[in-house]
Formats: sequence, C-alpha cells, structure tokens
Amino acid sequence: MARTRLNAVSTTRGYLDTASAEPLHPAARDTLLAALDRGWGDPRRLHRAGRDARALLDNARAVVAEALGVHPDEIGFTASGTDAVHRGLLGLVAARSADGIVHSAVEHSAVLHAAAWHDSPAHVAVPVDADARVDADAMAAAARRPGVAAVALQAANQEVGTLQPVDELDLPDGVPLFVDAAAAVGRVALPQRWSALSASAHKWGGPSGVGVLAVRRSARWTTPFPGDDGLEQLGESVPAALAAAAALQAVLAERDATAVRQRQQVDRIRAAASALPDTEVVGDPVDRLPHLVTFSCLYISGDELVSALDRRGFAVASGSACTSSSLEPSHVLAAMGALTHGNVRVSLRRDTTDEEVAEFCTALTEVVAEIRAGVGL
Amino acid sequence: MIELDCRGLPCPRPVIELAKALPSVAIGEELSVVADDPAARHDVAAWCRMRGQEYVGEESAADGLPRYVVRRLS
Repeated sequence: MARTRLNAVSTTRGYLDTASAEPLHPAARDTLLAALDRGWGDPRRLHRAGRDARALLDNARAVVAEALGVHPDEIGFTASGTDAVHRGLLGLVAARSADGIVHSAVEHSAVLHAAAWHDSPAHVAVPVDADARVDADAMAAAARRPGVAAVALQAANQEVGTLQPVDELDLPDGVPLFVDAAAAVGRVALPQRWSALSASAHKWGGPSGVGVLAVRRSARWTTPFPGDDGLEQLGESVPAALAAAAALQAVLAERDATAVRQRQQVDRIRAAASALPDTEVVGDPVDRLPHLVTFSCLYISGDELVSALDRRGFAVASGSACTSSSLEPSHVLAAMGALTHGNVRVSLRRDTTDEEVAEFCTALTEVVAEIRAGVGL
Repeated sequence: MIELDCRGLPCPRPVIELAKALPSVAIGEELSVVADDPAARHDVAAWCRMRGQEYVGEESAADGLPRYVVRRLS
C-alpha cells in the first residue's frame, strides 16, 4: 500500500527560486493551521460549518481586495495561478463577439496556452525589445486591428524581471485588458488600468494551490468554462485562501523594506555574473522586479549549471531547453534575442542574507570556471 | 566554406563546435553549422553578438535541416 511520507523539515537557506515558489510565510502557516479546523465546510451551505467557512472566505476576499485596491466582490480564488489566467483571459474573450487575443511575446505559458486553446487567426504576438519590454504603442496599434477581443500584458516578466508599460497602453474603447500579475504581486506597485488581473499565492509566500482572479465590476466577463458566471465556486480552498490573504498582507507591510534589501543583493549578483567571461545579464537593469536576476553563460548547459549549484547548496531555475521537459528553450529568452543555453534565474527570498548572496557569487564563479575547463575552449 | 555537422548534438554543443572552429577560418570568411537542436536557431545569433562575429543567416542543408552561417570578423 502506498503511504504518504513527510521528510524532516528542510531549511530554506540557499533556496533562490522564489519566482517559482516562495517558502510559506510564517503568517500564512499560522493562519492555515487555524483555518484548517474552522474552514473545512462548504461556504455555500447555510448550516453552522458552512457559515464558518463563508466567514473565512469573505475575510480572505476582503483582505486580498484591499491589497489589490479593488472591491471584495471583484475577487475570486481559483485552484491555481494558471487557472486564474485561463479563466480571467478567456472569460474576457467569451464576453465579446470577436475572438482575437493580442499578447506580448513574453507572456507566461499559461497565457500562451489559453490563446492556443482558443485558437483564432486574429491572435497577435507583439514582439519585445532586448530587455523583454513590449512597446506600448505597437501593442495599442495591434489592439486596433479587426477581430481583437482582448489584450493580455503581464505586469512584470516572470523570467527576467522586466516591468511592462501596462498603464501606458492606450487601448481602443471596448477592448479589455488582462494583466497577469503573478510575478509582480507583493514585489512592486501594480498597474491600475485593467479589466481582469490574475495572481498566484505561492509566488508571494502563500500556500500552493491558490490563484487569485480579480475582475472589475465594470468589465464584461463571463465564465469560459462549465459553471455559473461570477467569481464564486472557482475551485477555492477556504483555509488556503485565507492563509494566502494573510501572507499577502504581511508581505505588503514589509514590501518596500524588502525591495530595498533585495535590490542591493541583486546588484551584487548582477556584478558577479557580469564579471564572468562570456556571460550576459539579461532583463532591464532598473525597471525590474527587485528580487530577480537572470543571466546566460556561453558554452555551458543550463542543467550542468543548475546541478553544480545544487551540489553546492543553491537552488536556482533555468530557462535553457536542456533543463526542461521540452526541447524548446525559453520563449522569453528567444524573443529577446538572448542566449538560451547556460541560463540561470536567481530569485531571492524575503529573508535571503547578504552572507548567502556572497557565498552564491563565489560558488557561481567557481562552478562556471570548472565547467568551462571541461569544455576545452 | 567549412560546414560543421552538429546533427543530433544538444545545446550548447553546436555553439561550442562553432567557437572551436572559428580560428581555422580567415577573417572575412564564412563558417556554417548544421544543427537540429532548436536552441541553435537562437544561440548561434546570440553567440555572434556576444563574440563580435557576424550572423549571416539561416539556410537549408541538403537534408532539410537548418544550416546557420557565420562570418568571422575578428
């Protein structure tokens, strides 16, 4: 018989992949444990257990709404960030008679998959510059083409950290904007001009399995999947949603102080990577997420770098094809014209220390030299 | 023109072979690499940019696989 197993508690020291998943924030952990005993009921039932769960869910919506600057009835919780993207974007399209989606070439795969699933000859992928930033005028021009139902633009890029000019988009009347804010929530101030916005709790220290979908009251949105319209019953876990809300509140309270510290730490990693031969740091050096830095090293495979750093106690991500299940390299790096092999994305925890960063820089320099020595160049 | 056969080699091998072969080509001459690894399409051009060489473009080899052409500038 298969048994569930839990290993001993692991340390997060050396974990530098928070853009994939941030370790659970202590505020989320405390809330989750308390809410598991009180929020297990079905919040749509009128009995005591249902009312208890309803109270927790309403609380979670209120907290997340305040954090995002919207009304509680504009917030829904989904089963994942990907699910929130699919429902948010395709729901805007479903409410329109046209079906084209204009999106940047560097959107998260959840956006690209949604567009591919809802295939249309009117879709447009708008190219980006070498920093992965889309041109706001080019995107607005694409939105004026016939057959466009909606525009999708991320708040910040998930692989290289570049902020996108979302609030500068001058879209035609009636074309709604979907913003994937998963990489940006809890890190930077969010764009304001959108019809629907999505986020993912485990990117800010909430539990995994919680997506947030915000849809403005003024937006025309209808569920693209089987089920009733509205932001209820999107597959939420009430305890996890409340824990996600608690983490978001805690993260936002310390956001600016965290960002200042992380920017300094990222600058140190950028300097160390830039000092390596044949290495290119990619993404905007200034208008970017505070906690994330990406670079590519010539003549090294991404999986060699990730494995070598892992052996030294550092966990990082890579957009190189050789590290993923696909043979195709990162579509973000490709769209930027950046080197796709030897790629590493480092993303800091809220409690990453300066000492840890210094050790990482040393390890990186040594690992790159060791691997290159074996190449014979 | 020297043509490097990198069929079946994963990234970053095509770029490594290109870098190793570059000194055998005179400045101003062309060098090409045939590779089926999809990363090569992006990485040969990126290598040229980072190493100060010219990326001439993509052609088709006799078997239909892409051949990436580079000109040595330095």
